[in-house]
Amino acid sequence: METYYNPADLKKFGNIGEFQKEFADKFFAYYGAVFAEGALTAREKSLIALAVAHAVQCPYCIDAYSADTLEKGCTEPEMMEAVHVAAAIRGGATLVHGVQMMNKVKELSM
Amino acid sequence: MIKSLKATGNQLADSAFQLTVLRQEVVDVLHLPPFHQKMQEAGLFPLRPVAPAVMQVNVGKMCNQVCKHCHVDAGPDRKEIMTRNTMQLCLDALAQTAIPTVDLTGGAPEMNPDFRWFVEEISKLGRKVLVRCNLTIIVANKKYHDLPEFFKKHGVEVVSSLPFYSADKTDRQRGDGVFDDSIKALKMLNAVGYGQPGSGLVLNLVYNPAGAFMPGPQAALERQFKQALLKDHGIVFNSLFAITNLPVSRFLDYLVESGNYAGYMEKLVNAFNPTAAAGVMCRDTISVGWDGGLYDCDFNQMLDLHVASTSQHIRDFDAQALARRPIVVNQHCYGCTAGAGSSCGGTVA
Repeated sequence: METYYNPADLKKFGNIGEFQKEFADKFFAYYGAVFAEGALTAREKSLIALAVAHAVQCPYCIDAYSADTLEKGCTEPEMMEAVHVAAAIRGGATLVHGVQMMNKVKELSM
Repeated sequence: MIKSLKATGNQLADSAFQLTVLRQEVVDVLHLPPFHQKMQEAGLFPLRPVAPAVMQVNVGKMCNQVCKHCHVDAGPDRKEIMTRNTMQLCLDALAQTAIPTVDLTGGAPEMNPDFRWFVEEISKLGRKVLVRCNLTIIVANKKYHDLPEFFKKHGVEVVSSLPFYSADKTDRQRGDGVFDDSIKALKMLNAVGYGQPGSGLVLNLVYNPAGAFMPGPQAALERQFKQALLKDHGIVFNSLFAITNLPVSRFLDYLVESGNYAGYMEKLVNAFNPTAAAGVMCRDTISVGWDGGLYDCDFNQMLDLHVASTSQHIRDFDAQALARRPIVVNQHCYGCTAGAGSSCGGTVA
């Protein structure tokens, strides 16, 4: 079966520098710094990443951060709540534009 | 109830078959370097021992639990039990050395009928005793209820597995009801002073991932466990050891059956850490099998990989010959050298 997404491609992510090394190196250095312990713990960042992975619907990120949050000792309820946070924000972002719709409808309507 | 691989006639109960499966996956399927080659590249082959700090004695494969990840394939059906004669040979060998710690493991070491005698005799030699207690044994039967007092009397360091601070994850790995019984046992240990500040009675917990993933940072996991166990159960302990599951015996079977084998092996190999490799526990540990055979570690023991030395059995214990031996390695060793490394005492890097 042909598919656009191949799980085996996730481990090739580090090879993108083959086409442009300088930016790849800068990106991965930044990435590593972002996920290090800081004002937020690495565990908190991992849960945020899991939520964002669902918001942007990246299957590679979902796989990677499902494993990462498990490794960092997150529970299934914690992980699913993070996904719901993403769902609530995306849903909310959709709905809040409804205010614009309501404004427009009231503008055009008698 | 899960049964041992041996009880179900599973091919993976055979150590030679396990070694074949491990090699085929790493070398033939994944085209990754065999472990000894990785060690050669890191300048660590042959791997040599340092002064022994631990004699780890497996007193038998009988256990009251049948944990999914068990590398011993232990269970109630296993009858391999160390005899008092063999224990005496261990004591005789110990007396010839300055090895400070004896680490008693199994199965459930407490189920060996000579377990208490052995602890008493080791204590008379002035050595520290560490017991790998599965916790549920304390509440399994009335005859074990006084184990906390017995441990206290001999200043035993208790090391116990608890995959998580919730029943769900714990029971999935260790069996139904194990979490609740573990909590009861931990409270009994706390009640006699184990884990309490200033008591000198050390209670350490072991975290094994409940699945095909590596353990996260040990310090962070320890903080989580301490917070949750205190808040939810009023339980205290000293340290948490995060241990990687090695692809041996029942965990290997789980990896194969769940379709996680290739991915897990690849993860272990790609996480090879030369710093962890230099600090592996087999360098300062002598492992003794229930029948007195000598091994570099408990995993090698379960794979029937005897020490590469003329000193093959505890009756022929020769500290100098053992000090000269090359440590026997194989593909399962990638588990101890991945990431922060893994040992019976937690991370090594």
